[in-house]
Amino acid sequence: MRTHGTDAPAHGPLSLRAEMKERTGKNTARCYQCGKCSAGCPMAGETRLRPHDVMRLVNQDARARLLADESIWLCLTCETCTERCPNGCDPARTMDALREMALEASPGSPPRALLAFHRAFLDQVRWTGRSFELGLVADYKLRTGALLQDVATAPGLVARGKLGFVPHPIDGVKEVRRIFEACEEATRAASGKKEGA
Amino acid sequence: MARIGVFVCHCGENIGRTVDCARVAGEIGKLPGVVHSVDYKYMCSDPGQALIKQAIAEKGLTGVVVSACSPHMHERTFRRAAGGAGLNPFLCEMANIREHCSWIHEDREAATDKAIDLARVIVEKVKRNVPLETIRIPVEKRALVIGGGIAGIQAALDLADGGAEVVLVEKEPSIGGHMSQLSETFPTLDCSQCILTPRMVEVYQHPRIRLMAYCEVDAVEGYIGNFKVTIRQKARSVDETKCNGCGACQKACVVKNVPSEFDERLGKRTAIYVPFPQAVPNIPVIDREHCAYFKGRARGMKKDACGKCKEACARGAIDFAQEDRFVTEKVGAIVVATGYELYSIGKDQPAAGLKGYGEYGYGTVPDVIDGLQFERLASASGPTAGKLLRPSDGKVPKKIVFLQCVGSRDPAKGIDYCSKVCCMYVAKHTMLYRHKVHDGEATVFYMDVRAAGKGYDEFTRRAVEEDGAVYVRGRVSRVYRDGDVVKVLGFDTLNGTPVEIDADMVVLATAMRPRKGIEKLAQTLSVSYDRHGFINEAHPKLRPVETNTAGVFVAGACQAPRDIPDSVAMASAAAAKVLGLFSNEMLEREPTVARVDAALCAGCFHCERVCPYGAVEHKEVRDRKGNLLKVVADVNPGVCQGCGTCQATCPSKSVELMGFTDEQIYAEVNALAL
Repeated sequence: MRTHGTDAPAHGPLSLRAEMKERTGKNTARCYQCGKCSAGCPMAGETRLRPHDVMRLVNQDARARLLADESIWLCLTCETCTERCPNGCDPARTMDALREMALEASPGSPPRALLAFHRAFLDQVRWTGRSFELGLVADYKLRTGALLQDVATAPGLVARGKLGFVPHPIDGVKEVRRIFEACEEATRAASGKKEGA
Repeated sequence: MARIGVFVCHCGENIGRTVDCARVAGEIGKLPGVVHSVDYKYMCSDPGQALIKQAIAEKGLTGVVVSACSPHMHERTFRRAAGGAGLNPFLCEMANIREHCSWIHEDREAATDKAIDLARVIVEKVKRNVPLETIRIPVEKRALVIGGGIAGIQAALDLADGGAEVVLVEKEPSIGGHMSQLSETFPTLDCSQCILTPRMVEVYQHPRIRLMAYCEVDAVEGYIGNFKVTIRQKARSVDETKCNGCGACQKACVVKNVPSEFDERLGKRTAIYVPFPQAVPNIPVIDREHCAYFKGRARGMKKDACGKCKEACARGAIDFAQEDRFVTEKVGAIVVATGYELYSIGKDQPAAGLKGYGEYGYGTVPDVIDGLQFERLASASGPTAGKLLRPSDGKVPKKIVFLQCVGSRDPAKGIDYCSKVCCMYVAKHTMLYRHKVHDGEATVFYMDVRAAGKGYDEFTRRAVEEDGAVYVRGRVSRVYRDGDVVKVLGFDTLNGTPVEIDADMVVLATAMRPRKGIEKLAQTLSVSYDRHGFINEAHPKLRPVETNTAGVFVAGACQAPRDIPDSVAMASAAAAKVLGLFSNEMLEREPTVARVDAALCAGCFHCERVCPYGAVEHKEVRDRKGNLLKVVADVNPGVCQGCGTCQATCPSKSVELMGFTDEQIYAEVNALAL
């Protein structure tokens, strides 16, 4: 099928649906477009594609349109959609898989600021085992250069104790780092295998 | 001199709250001819009825008026009470002072005055009532089933198994109907032929079923329990008593390219043919329009143009001279089960107000087919022996687009109803397709998926979740041929994007319509039908298989779009109704029917023309020597429904409705006016 404008040529019949099943173990075809996911999505007012749109486009094999859309990066992975889905679909996991696919297809594809935020967040987890907000803010600002963005909200956050000045690493930081390393190793191995083949 | 008793009921508070019942009884008691007038809290209760019986016995009443609720509620109760006391039940009448008075008024004074008026009116009527006797008519315990599809087959078998004799009339050469054309059935995907053909054979072999295939109902006379049906046996040109169904004639036939009706014109048949190998009865028919012999005759050739089938038949069963014959059957009840046909997508429309879909290319693009044609393509007994091949070039279609609601829910095309079965059979088609062509793409354009039924929604979901059908919400605007492909232009209303598909084949899920000619049959049977031609049931909820003509029942898709389970359920329900009717030796009818005074009747037969039930007959009046004096109207009390139209029409006032004579009606009016 070809939808005007945004769609890429088909990758064979329903290839995206099949690939999604491989990546998430879930059958996206179970989605019957009731919209309950989007009804609960905190980002539904901000994104062009809402969770139910994403599910529908997966079922229609609209790979290019999905991977190019900023919406998949704006997802907060709060998993409200998955929690509420009457059909056992997993929009959050689907969104995750789409982000992975977007990075694999072209590492530079995500919007710069969004990628910076994701990287900054992961760095915090790698070094402290949890989210350290001040470090996250500093890391993000250094990555994007948006030094003055949202600075005005800082005093209020500090006053309410939401912005600690010292990180509190968890006990198992070393183990967390090992998880990160193992993931990176697995990714390298997978890409090496792909190239080898 | 009349001796009328009046019984005023309080109906608890229902009447008593608004009407001063004691005053009503008192005032009515003063009327001439009223010898007894009382009021009581609950007249329908045992002590209340005892009051009536006691008064009849003690005061020698000649008429009873119960001033209470609607006669719909309790007329039978009070007439039975009166009858129990030895009074003719039709001398007991009710004045409705509840629904017509107390329930709708607030002013007690005025309501009481009105109640007195209402009671007085009925008193004047009852003074002129005469004893009437319930009409008892015998029941012919045979049933006629019209239509040999799954509904007719089910009704016939249930009736015959229940002990009734059945005449099953089928228009086509074989019974089986549309169900015999289907490949597999939803929601279980079991083979249609496998579950149907044993039932067809059962019909054929049943000792109490007379199967009349290739026959049509020509005329119906009579009334419930006593119908006389004239059936036209169309000329098969084959002697049924000699033919053993060997098929040699079909092999010999020189005309081999007649489009097969059974295969929905996708296959070919011979001019002498049985519609399909499992046909019941397995006796061929000569299609005279295409047969070389008959064509030669039509051209005026003296020598026989052909006769190969006759030569081939070892039993001498071919009879070119056979003509239509007429058979008369007496039956007590009729079940109409004539089924459906598909809405015509192309230019030819069977009824005014219907429009085709030029935009969908049906009839001009060979790879655009309808649902029944898809069934034949998917069927193991079909023209492709079950291989899914597209009609234009015999290739396996890799992309099929299915369009739902073609005709249905489209007021602009003349049909505003939902055909009910299409959502299900489209889902089935996508499954059949994907089971046969594993790498095929099935896309469905739909407006809603209506799958209400046991296991139905699960079935449509299975088509999507397991068999990979892609459902796109929206109607298609155009289908046209573009080289090797069929272009489908649609719109995805959920994505908000236009959609264009290069399909190999397009299947249209066309609307279900009642059979052509249903209006004529309905008129023959005196049953009503809606503006689409579907037979009207007597009550949409409480009397779903009865029609407004007593003794005529309805089953299957001639009443509304129905699927197989619905049709079978309806057929069994209709059979149960008929068997209930047949459990009576005699039928009782209210004697409130029209009666003609032969002395006054001038024989103008206005009454015959206005009678909605065909109850007026002609009667010859002769003198003692047998000379014909005149022909007058005569009402058949079995057919008459007591509507009174004849009485209102008669210029010589010679026809009167018993229990509602002019004299009685005038007396009622006068009682109000004076």
